[in-house]
Amino acid sequence: MAAINRDDVAHLARLAHIEMSAEELDRMAGELAVIVDSVKSVSEAAGEDVPATSHPIPLSNVFREDVVGHTFTAEQALSGAPDAAEDRFKVPAILDED
Amino acid sequence: MTDSNELIRLSAAALAAKLAAGDVTSVQVTQAYLDRIAAVDGQVNAFLHVNGEEALAVAAEVDAIRAAGGAAAEELHELAGVPIAVKDLIVTIGQPTTAGSKILEGWHSPYDATVIKKLRAAKMPILGKTNLDEFAMGSSTEHSAYGPTRNPWDLERIPGGSGGGSAAAVAAFEAPLALGTDTGGSIRQPGAVTGTVGVKPTYGAVSRYGAIAMASSLDQIGPVSRTVLDSALLQEVIGGHDPQDSTSLTDPFDNLVAAARTGNVEGMKIGIIKELHGEGYQAGVENRFNESLELLKDAGAEIVEVSCPNFKYALGAYYLIMPSEVSSNLAKFDGVRFGLRVLPKEGPMTIERVMGATRAAGFGDEVKRRIILGTYALSAGYYDAYYGSAQKVRTLIQRDFDAAFAQADVLISPTAPTTAFKLGEKLNDPLAMYLNDVATIPANMAGVPGLSLPGGLADEDGLPVGIQLLAPAREDARLYRVGAVLESLLEEKWGGPLLDRAPELHALDAANTVGGSN
Repeated sequence: MAAINRDDVAHLARLAHIEMSAEELDRMAGELAVIVDSVKSVSEAAGEDVPATSHPIPLSNVFREDVVGHTFTAEQALSGAPDAAEDRFKVPAILDED
Repeated sequence: MTDSNELIRLSAAALAAKLAAGDVTSVQVTQAYLDRIAAVDGQVNAFLHVNGEEALAVAAEVDAIRAAGGAAAEELHELAGVPIAVKDLIVTIGQPTTAGSKILEGWHSPYDATVIKKLRAAKMPILGKTNLDEFAMGSSTEHSAYGPTRNPWDLERIPGGSGGGSAAAVAAFEAPLALGTDTGGSIRQPGAVTGTVGVKPTYGAVSRYGAIAMASSLDQIGPVSRTVLDSALLQEVIGGHDPQDSTSLTDPFDNLVAAARTGNVEGMKIGIIKELHGEGYQAGVENRFNESLELLKDAGAEIVEVSCPNFKYALGAYYLIMPSEVSSNLAKFDGVRFGLRVLPKEGPMTIERVMGATRAAGFGDEVKRRIILGTYALSAGYYDAYYGSAQKVRTLIQRDFDAAFAQADVLISPTAPTTAFKLGEKLNDPLAMYLNDVATIPANMAGVPGLSLPGGLADEDGLPVGIQLLAPAREDARLYRVGAVLESLLEEKWGGPLLDRAPELHALDAANTVGGSN
């Protein structure tokens, strides 16, 4: 398995929407390399025939009646928003103008 | 009338009895705890927010109902008027919820978690919100954006994590009870290093609705207390099916208090997990562990050895599954709907760049590490080798538990490999920090319940050691049964609760409370 390098971390940070300084990328790459190395053995632990477990105690078909339950008022829903206008969240530009 | 210094040292069960008998009022009890918080929390830093006014109002309401008598007084819950602290990962109306993060500084939830609704229904005054590692990511509470909590046994040492605030609050007699959350040991490991009791119930036994999600398939809310019976009482308050949590179990968990009061382990089979002691465990931890085994044997339990060979992969699998879920769960902190928004210093103000700047400023190092690690484990080309393999290991761990529980009614191990370490000692070595949870993680991976109780003090450093009990899924009652027996045997040996040996905390001058060496 490939080791994680600084370019990988820069790419992953972009995917995860976390701006990182050059110094932070260096440090993070070093730390993550050690961690990734230590979890590598996991890929050799289980054979092909072992099924995956995604949830510790599986439940299926958990439904509720199709009726309106508790809802927030716009004021409640917007109460923690950094910016709001006209009962809506106010979002910065989605597209870069240039 | 009892002296307030004595009041705060009573168990929740004893307080409840005194309240019911009319020996004390809830206002007296609640005020005694608020006074204690004011006196010692400058040193301990267990609380991020103190909710004095509301707590006293609830206490006064309980006192008025009791004083009036009649049906309303009869219907009061057993723990009505007994105060409680809440880990600041659980959302509450009327108090801020920060998750220990700058990204949620000052944020107020518009709704209560289900467990909070249950505390309110039982009329338990909420003393405040307790400190934690940011988003519950850590084993020392040093990753809190609001400064570390200190261990009441030694203020230079960590109180465990992530729920160090809840454990320290209970250990320092700042609260009789607290709520915690446990994703890989965050209730049990702080319990172990502070000489208190902590329980991670069966996955789904307590609703997670309103606990800010870290890793949804591992997270579990549970009780923090000074006695096994108190945890049983609290789990019965907060447990039960909740339609708002689709992973909530419909099974009844109403036999916990009765189990804690049963007090008998005769004929029970208790399994030592071969892989969870010995090498890598501090000598003083091993000694106290062996001593507990002897006591249980003398009380009529049969001690057997079981092997869980796949537990050696548990830590690795956990550090793939947990960060993967973290990277997804924390995507919602985008600077739009709640919390912090930071604008880039220059260049175009697009949502992408605002998000990048917000998350860079709002998240601490450990949170960033786990998000990046999770993003990596889930990315194309690595998914099968990492996340896929880790999920298979999860199956192997469940099979190990199944085989072990075919041979034993409960399993036993030390809760943590060492006693409390010094603040700062492992802060720059993430991997060393992760190793603290080696004995607690398997329970989260399999969804089985676990309890940690004080097992004594390690010879070499005089610090608390935790004993962990594990039971099959849905068999939480067994933990309380065995835990209560072991607790009473140990206290008989010690001549009182372990916390009686903790150093006295005194209200100190500010100059003496901060900036200790480490």
